[in-house]
Amino acid sequence: MSEQLSNPETQKQEIVEQDQAERTRDSRVYVPRVDIYESDEAIHVIADIPGADENSIDITLDKNVLTIDAEVQVEKPEDYSLTYAEYGIGSFRRKFSISNEIDQEKIVAEVKDGVLKMVLPKSQKVTQKISVKATKE
Amino acid sequence: MLYRRKSSPSLWEEMDKLQREMNRMFDSANTNRLGDRPINSYDFPAMNVWTKADSGQVITAEVPGMNVDDLDIKVVGETLTISGSRPAPEEDEKNRYHRQERGYGSFTRTIQLPFPIDVDKVEANYEKGVLKIWLPRAESDKPRKITVKAI
Repeated sequence: MSEQLSNPETQKQEIVEQDQAERTRDSRVYVPRVDIYESDEAIHVIADIPGADENSIDITLDKNVLTIDAEVQVEKPEDYSLTYAEYGIGSFRRKFSISNEIDQEKIVAEVKDGVLKMVLPKSQKVTQKISVKATKE
Repeated sequence: MLYRRKSSPSLWEEMDKLQREMNRMFDSANTNRLGDRPINSYDFPAMNVWTKADSGQVITAEVPGMNVDDLDIKVVGETLTISGSRPAPEEDEKNRYHRQERGYGSFTRTIQLPFPIDVDKVEANYEKGVLKIWLPRAESDKPRKITVKAI
């Protein structure tokens, strides 16, 4: 059978708060699955956040910590009751620490069909590199 | 004794969730013996089923980042088949991957419905990466009310 996903694990992973701080809102929080790749000009972050739209996504960058926070509203079909469930509905949240070389002013984010795409351009400032020389004895 | 009014969203809900996840895990473990899919793979996409007695079901599935044209929904008798594919990311030698967690490729999933449905009235929409399929129960299958006459 060739009908195979390259990444077949579909179970949503629920977040485990590491700093012991609980959220005030009583809802589930999931970890969005992401692809992150780096090109010469920028770092691209792509995240799956089904159910969230441009109004419910909150992206913050504070002290080099990029936080993606996407609120998902539970949309129940009216008069229907949930009889079988394989996935839970809740918000998405994930944090990444970003290196200094990002031009924080020029970050672009867009969302379409539940996929968030972010481009974090590298800053043009030439960072000073210290070359290491091998000393010969 | 200290009475906690609400320790979690709902204890029963939590239990239900756990049970469903366990069932799903074992179910897919069984079906895997037949196919050549890797162990621990779940059926994709995960589905939630909403039911309204007598009028039908609504099935929702999270399939972010799809083209609507690539989604294929078929209803034959009492089975529903959802298939589609998510395009692979464009490969560029200049791109260096730090993480790759999102899946791509094609998928097919067939489920058995509990009743025949009115195929002409099936509706599906795809919004914010969530697929929603409305499956109205066939008129001929709806339970009829039988009036009891007093003699």
